[in-house]
Amino acid sequence: MIICRDRRRKPEGPEAGGRQGGRHDSRRAFAYHRPKSIAEAVALLSELGEDARPLSGGHSLIRMMKLRLAKPSDLVDLGAIAELKGIREDGPDIVIGATTTQHDLLGSALAARTPILVEAASVIADPQVRYLGTIGGNVANGDPGNDMPAVMMCLGATFQLAGKGGERRVAARDFYQGAYFTALEPGEILSAIRIPIPPTGHGYAYEKLKRKIGDYATAAAAVLLTMAGGRATTCSIGLTNVGETPLWAEDAARILVGSSLDPATVKRAVAAAEAITSPASDTRGPAAYRTKMAGVMLSRALERARSRAR
Amino acid sequence: MPKTHVSMTVNGKLVEGLVEPRTLLIHFLREDLCLTGPHIGCETTHCGACTVDLDGKSVKACTVFAVQAEGASILTIEGIAAPDGTLHALQEGFREMHGLQCGFCTPGMITRAYRLLQENPNPSEEEIRHGISGNLCRCTGYQNIVKAIQYAAAKMSGAQFQEAAE
Repeated sequence: MIICRDRRRKPEGPEAGGRQGGRHDSRRAFAYHRPKSIAEAVALLSELGEDARPLSGGHSLIRMMKLRLAKPSDLVDLGAIAELKGIREDGPDIVIGATTTQHDLLGSALAARTPILVEAASVIADPQVRYLGTIGGNVANGDPGNDMPAVMMCLGATFQLAGKGGERRVAARDFYQGAYFTALEPGEILSAIRIPIPPTGHGYAYEKLKRKIGDYATAAAAVLLTMAGGRATTCSIGLTNVGETPLWAEDAARILVGSSLDPATVKRAVAAAEAITSPASDTRGPAAYRTKMAGVMLSRALERARSRAR
Repeated sequence: MPKTHVSMTVNGKLVEGLVEPRTLLIHFLREDLCLTGPHIGCETTHCGACTVDLDGKSVKACTVFAVQAEGASILTIEGIAAPDGTLHALQEGFREMHGLQCGFCTPGMITRAYRLLQENPNPSEEEIRHGISGNLCRCTGYQNIVKAIQYAAAKMSGAQFQEAAE
């Protein structure tokens, strides 16, 4: 073991709590657990109570802990649970384990069957964050700024939730209740995401407006559609970071089905999508601007999705 | 809070220590192991100065707890050069192409570029810029950092680096 003898050790423990720049200035002490199975993890979470939190990639939670917006008593690290990792095909679906990272998605031939996932993963944060940030954490945290939730609503994904009593499934479109409030019950973890593989030849796009690399979206839109004879036969739209929750723009998509995506119809659909947004005014811009940007992202995503549809 | 025993391989050496669960990997590396090459810039996952290689992934060591690195293999800037002190092609590139001014971001830049070139030995300029987008240089020296990485990519593939005409 190498010991740093020539440097004065900074104080540790609670007495260091108030020091600016101290080693532990920003995180309350917690107990750490590293279970090996889903069953062990959910048993721990139920036993430890509501102040215990599951830890996946940590790139939301650790930052929240530094800000003292999260003060968990216990962290249950999901990183050593092999059954939570990986991407597999299961009949008409692909099933993605919760601790599969964004980086894993970028290089996966299976994930490429739902190319909108890969496109969305590539605009999340930066390379280092994508190596550790997980798809399960991204969708389960309930942060309206995260990109994957709207993509999951767009794709019609289903979330598999594991609890002490077993597994249940909740549609992504029913999962989000408010900022950081989801259908997850205390003691439950999201174990996998089940995505119906879109038909061959479908069009897709995820358009994200952000101020800089690593920022959350000012507004973003996910589009999935199929075309036949120059007309849209199906269409699904998700919107990111323009409300308390990610949004599924059902009415906007309905307006487009049966149309050739002509400018007049797109304009009506964009207006319908803008109508369901309720963004906050923040450093990314005033609410009215962010609503308009959601519309602009949607029209760009529609254009690109159409150009990709076969 | 009771301390937890951790062991990991750092720059090829097995190391161990006792840490609180809340100790960040960057603090374990810098304060317990005296590896002060990885820097603490922002401590908020933005700047990338603390980038190290963890099991073949570039990670920001300010956003990983030391306990999460149990059993991992870690490479820091201190482990980039050959044991006899010969500079790595990336270190040589940063010297030859003036890829640093104040030098604060350099350990993170080189460690990140190391993994980038492992995954993509012949990246385009755009791929390099995308690949180092998690590392900030406040001297605004990206132009020469990109050239330094191109120099290293060329040298590692046995070619001569040709600067693009301006």
